[in-house]
Amino acid sequence: MSKTVLTIDDSPSIRRMIVMTLEEAGYKVIEAVDGQDGLNKALANPVDAVITDQNMPNLDGLGFIRALRQHPSGKGVPIVVLSTDSEDTLKTQAREAGALGWMVKPFTQDKLLAVIRKVLG
Amino acid sequence: MSDEMSAIFREELRDLLESLEKGLLDLKSRPTDMGLVNQVFRDLHTVKGSGAMFGFTDLAAFIHEFETVFDRIRAGVLPVGPEILRLALAAKDEIPGLVDNEPDPDGRRDGILAALVGLMNPGQPPAASAEAGAQANGQGPAPDLPAAPSGPSHLRFRLSSGAFAMGARPEILLDELRGLGATEITADLTELPSLDRLDVEDCWLGWSMSLPAEISAQQLEEVFMFVDADWSLVPAEPAAPAPSGDAVAETAVTLHAPPAADTAPPPAAAAPPGAPAREKPADAAGATVRVPAERLDALMDAVGELVILEARLTELARENRDPALITTAEQITRLAAGLRDATMTMRMVPIRSLVARFRRLVLDLSDKLGKPVEFSVIGEDTKLDKTVIEKLADPLVHILRNAIDHGMETQEQRAETAKAHVGLIELSAEHAGAEVLIRVRDDGRGMDPARIRAKAVAQGLISADTILTESQIFALVFEPGFSTAEKVTELSGRGVGMDVVRRTIESLRGSLEIESKMGHGTTVTLRLPLTLAIIEGLLIEVAGERYTLPMASVQEIVELPADKAQPKKSGDFLDIRGRFVPFLRMRAMFDCAGQPGPEQNVVIVMSGENRVGLVVDRIVGTNQTVIKQMSKLHAGVRAVSGATILGDGSVALILDVAHLVGMGRSQQEPQGREVAA
Repeated sequence: MSKTVLTIDDSPSIRRMIVMTLEEAGYKVIEAVDGQDGLNKALANPVDAVITDQNMPNLDGLGFIRALRQHPSGKGVPIVVLSTDSEDTLKTQAREAGALGWMVKPFTQDKLLAVIRKVLG
Repeated sequence: MSDEMSAIFREELRDLLESLEKGLLDLKSRPTDMGLVNQVFRDLHTVKGSGAMFGFTDLAAFIHEFETVFDRIRAGVLPVGPEILRLALAAKDEIPGLVDNEPDPDGRRDGILAALVGLMNPGQPPAASAEAGAQANGQGPAPDLPAAPSGPSHLRFRLSSGAFAMGARPEILLDELRGLGATEITADLTELPSLDRLDVEDCWLGWSMSLPAEISAQQLEEVFMFVDADWSLVPAEPAAPAPSGDAVAETAVTLHAPPAADTAPPPAAAAPPGAPAREKPADAAGATVRVPAERLDALMDAVGELVILEARLTELARENRDPALITTAEQITRLAAGLRDATMTMRMVPIRSLVARFRRLVLDLSDKLGKPVEFSVIGEDTKLDKTVIEKLADPLVHILRNAIDHGMETQEQRAETAKAHVGLIELSAEHAGAEVLIRVRDDGRGMDPARIRAKAVAQGLISADTILTESQIFALVFEPGFSTAEKVTELSGRGVGMDVVRRTIESLRGSLEIESKMGHGTTVTLRLPLTLAIIEGLLIEVAGERYTLPMASVQEIVELPADKAQPKKSGDFLDIRGRFVPFLRMRAMFDCAGQPGPEQNVVIVMSGENRVGLVVDRIVGTNQTVIKQMSKLHAGVRAVSGATILGDGSVALILDVAHLVGMGRSQQEPQGREVAA
């Protein structure tokens, strides 16, 4: 069965790019427009991995991660945080919140696939 | 990146810029609203991030400084001030040019950036701006890397105790390392606690292995980029095999069964019992689909054709008297109506999208002219067909500009009256039946009918003895010849280009009116049809020809009393429930030969604010009127706004009520009489 990736980003362009890339590689992709939407979808669907933006309305990426990790089904799901920022603070915060890793925007389609393969095996 | 992606990005950018501009303008009146600051920051952040993704690196670099300013504001280090907002708006205006790769020979963009940076660091030269936005590396800063080893090396790594909960999978790492040539992989059990203190969900293990010499630290960094791991690469002295230490040997066996499997998401997990069943947000990604506008136009065309064919089918069914066919035709009629409504609703856009542009215009103009103006908007959610919205922008800009430029007094002049120091411009939109009314109201000096009249006479638009009502006088400013090149003073240059405004509005089958009171202000009202494609029509017959009147303007239908059958010299009036309503004979207006039948009908229509009767031979019925544009050759025929194809395949002209009434009145001699309805 193909693995399901949840992509959370308020930018339709980024979501589109992620969806196109991952679907082409055989993954199933669920889209969410912000952290709250992402949380609802992550809890309503079995997801194998999450790629989330940090800066979003309603609930940001860190908030999403913390909330998801509170739930039994949210433990152990690998989460990759996207950010344009390369500061260490966000990286540390994301780790503390429970993110597995992070990826700096901009990234290429190849990079995205490499990351997802690394996360999902 | 593909064209499709680029198009999606541009679309998104347009929305973002609109939101950004609105946020910046709102900040002007609410500078301490952190919600607004955050929204502006987020918009900028998204423009930067998405821009960089889709190859607009110059854009990303440009936004970076811009964004930093709002990050400072967000952090409370920098207050929002007029200068910041001015620069931010200017910077925002540069974004489309950056996306389109327009050159910037005067260095305007750099100037704006430098000024923005200057606001953050008073007295410091602008920092190099580009790096963060355009940074293309995919990793965080490297940990302290040992130099690339020269001989076979030894690697140790250990995962953090919470690694499994984060979704780390050591077996994937080990596979990857094996792929790099790792051998002698041994588990390090030194950290294993005693069984009673062992939390099976935590990770206690470390590993060590030998790696070929050519493996570089960079390669390993790639491997470990997604795990919170302590790792070290040491040159190849024979490493001590993993000491068993005080670890409990038998627990190691249990732990070798990959704990990750336990923490992996359950395959069929629905929301766990503890999870609140939240409502889906209405704007969830899956709930909205973006469709190119042309496809909507194509859909509307197809629906139009369907409606015409449906009328044809209904007609045929009726002629054939086949009950089964009639039933089917009725069902198709209902379906077509549903499809028509759904399609038209899809094309509706709130005028909010227009208004954002106007806020900026008003702000800029009021700054430039030194006339402080408050711009208020009512009914931003009122929806109109997207084509109407698009075409409405220019006329409204024109009207607003006139309102500030000419309608609004200067600060000094206002001070002399009892008026508030800040002028008011109000844009309102509301539904009225099948029309939308858009009003632009100002509380400025108002228009002087005497001066307009004098000017119109001087310009030869009317003769000196023409009798006109006040609203007819104001309407003169829409005449093509009114106040063009001549310098117009406080009479207001409202005539400049106003004929273009009227033409545009009329091309949308709308109309406009001016009300004004000296010293109190002016209101321009635009009446617009909800949609341009299909209207409800009343089919009438005059001398054997069928015409369609838009149902929206029809008020009622009465019979023409026998005593009114013959025209009177003094003009024709009907007494309708105690009110006099003037009426026009369409046979006479269209110069038809022959005599009407004994029973004629009068269709009472609204023309602007007035009720006027139109005498017709016969009422045929109502129909769904799919509007077909007249050819350019007929552009001068103003009483006809289009044509439609009837069920029997014949063509009926669609009458423009306002022009028809105007035409009738000018044919009627000579008084241009106005009767209050």
